[in-house]
Amino acid sequence: MWDFLQTYGLRLSEGTLVTAAQFALASLVACLAALSAGLGRLSRHWLVRNFAVIYIEIFRGTSLLVQLYWIFFVLPLLGLSLPKFTAGFLSVGLNVGAYGAEIVRGAILAVPRGQWEAAYALSMSPAKRMRRIILPQAVALMLPPWGNLMIELLKGTALVALIAVSDLMFVAKQINGATFRSAEAFGTALIVYYLLARFLITPAMRGLERVMARRLGKV
Amino acid sequence: MDLSAYPLELPKDDCPMVRFMNVTKSYGALVVLDNLNLDIQRGEMVSVIGPSGSGKTTVLRMLMTLETINGGVIYVDGQPLTHMARNGRLVPADEAHLRRMRASIGMCFQHFNLFPHMTALENCMEGPVQVLGLSKAEARARSEELLAMVGMIEKKDQHPSRLSGGQQQRVAIARALAMRPRIMLFDEVTSALDPEVIGEVTQVIRRLVAEHDLTMLMVTHQMGFARDISDRICFFYRGQIEEQGPPEQFFTNPQRERTKQFLRAVKDAD
Amino acid sequence: MIFDWKWDFVWAILPRLLGATLNTLMAAGIGYAIALVLGLAFALSQRTGWRLVTSMVREMLEFIRSTPLVVQIFFIFYVGPQIGVTLSPWVAGMIAIGLHYSAYLSEVYRAGIEAVPKGQWEACRALNMSTRDTYRRIVLPQALPHAIPGMGNYLVGIFKDTPMLSVIGVTELMQTANAIGSETYRFLEPYTLVGVIFLALSLPTAGLIRLLERQVRRKLGL
Repeated sequence: MWDFLQTYGLRLSEGTLVTAAQFALASLVACLAALSAGLGRLSRHWLVRNFAVIYIEIFRGTSLLVQLYWIFFVLPLLGLSLPKFTAGFLSVGLNVGAYGAEIVRGAILAVPRGQWEAAYALSMSPAKRMRRIILPQAVALMLPPWGNLMIELLKGTALVALIAVSDLMFVAKQINGATFRSAEAFGTALIVYYLLARFLITPAMRGLERVMARRLGKV
Repeated sequence: MDLSAYPLELPKDDCPMVRFMNVTKSYGALVVLDNLNLDIQRGEMVSVIGPSGSGKTTVLRMLMTLETINGGVIYVDGQPLTHMARNGRLVPADEAHLRRMRASIGMCFQHFNLFPHMTALENCMEGPVQVLGLSKAEARARSEELLAMVGMIEKKDQHPSRLSGGQQQRVAIARALAMRPRIMLFDEVTSALDPEVIGEVTQVIRRLVAEHDLTMLMVTHQMGFARDISDRICFFYRGQIEEQGPPEQFFTNPQRERTKQFLRAVKDAD
Repeated sequence: MIFDWKWDFVWAILPRLLGATLNTLMAAGIGYAIALVLGLAFALSQRTGWRLVTSMVREMLEFIRSTPLVVQIFFIFYVGPQIGVTLSPWVAGMIAIGLHYSAYLSEVYRAGIEAVPKGQWEACRALNMSTRDTYRRIVLPQALPHAIPGMGNYLVGIFKDTPMLSVIGVTELMQTANAIGSETYRFLEPYTLVGVIFLALSLPTAGLIRLLERQVRRKLGL
């Protein structure tokens, strides 16, 4: 095991960095997509509403892998060629964003009715009401389920290896192909994913929850 | 805990049905029962009253072995309940011992705890069939007889969600009786009921007292009812028995200041 | 924009894709059956009160849930031969997917069991029922309606994760689309059809699950 890490440790760390980059960019895409689609579903304009519903249903109703292949292999045929790295985080982000949109919508609807009415009574504009009163409270409600979603997002990034983005999973697969030391290659990858999820993402989300709670004066 | 001071069993001739011997129960620093000694004789009906938090419900729950015990020993019919004899000394009871001892005890709860996915009849048959191993026919006959006694035979095929609180509690009494217990425990069985249906439940308990040879222990807030049917009233205060005695004497001539205060407060509330 | 959709090609490959859909459904069904049983075993093992078993199982489930299924599939498929057990792609895939989802289902069961009121356990105790009968006759039947929405979600989840089995060569829908693509150099139709088939199968399920939940509740008289 030790000699394995000595030989392949550097390549595995490079793969981990690519995974981290995919994770960060995909999270960004997911946040933007979730927020727009979640708010879009609550919009008064039927066009916006339907657009959001179609996005959510398509990305929740099919597999991430199918979406990834479609974006990477089929979009170019329709005239939109994306580099594999971009296609990777974009697919993962859009997929997770569709699930996130439902969390956003649920959280906004869960803000007590009295808050909407109080903001209305102060004759705030709808945009201001959403931004200043409703969203800050909704974000606090979203964070716990959002934490689970971030773990799913990390796991989702492993699929970008299948369009040859050289992430952790891709490196593990290559090492396995070259050496047949499968237990070490995939085992190390599994452990790295676990460490990232358990000791980076989960504590970060918990920290964020605490910050939000403090901002709302709930401590 | 030193158990050598406690007998392995009580002498057979005229031992009480239930004996609490120096029983202590605490949750962390909070002492719920403090060195309780209480005997209940065969066929006796004892009502336990007292302010909330006085430990009265805990007495019942310990007897039903729903709560563990921190000190002392409880005996049922001369045999240790919370402990068992092994190699000539008492050790904490194992699950098999508890199951054997529990067979003689039945309990009714404040919130009935009927099984919602079973009809009234199925609720009554569940124990006899699954635990006592009776045939379905025997269990049905026994259950129908008991449902008739509590006046619920017409509703035997209804699920609990279709029954009123009073009706549910009567089914729960029938369900407990179907196990043929020798000791019945009633834990605030009327507290969750609307005032107008309390009577139908107390009526059933009155009949039990009159017609059956059961040993009964009842926690209640209904002073009038307790006074009518009990052989003895036990007043609990802060985990101890503050005063006890026959109902007439207890209610007309209480001895202790705290008892008087409590009875006055209850009367004012009415 | 080169929009070059060929309907005759669609009709030519559709039977093959629909055939592969059956394999996908079978994979999802078998994987789900494994997950249902294993998940219950894990959930119950968490309630034994045996500290060591409880914490070991909990850590293992946490590990399974926070690592990617696709890596787990590779791990099980390739590590088998290394230790002398050669698993076929189907067997390895079913073990991986079943184990992965059992970790999620054990949570669903746990939440369902915890939703059963404490009074129900106490009533069982007062009726002197054994632990086994308490679970079998009283607790699990009442936990079921609480668990059905979660169980349904993960059934859909398992179905949508079956394309990952293509990485070790299980001939399900995705693998078949890949094969068609590399034979004909046409990707537009096969990949789009795969998406449409997934949508057509997963969209109605949400409604069906709600229906099932209502049915079970009615049947149990809740």
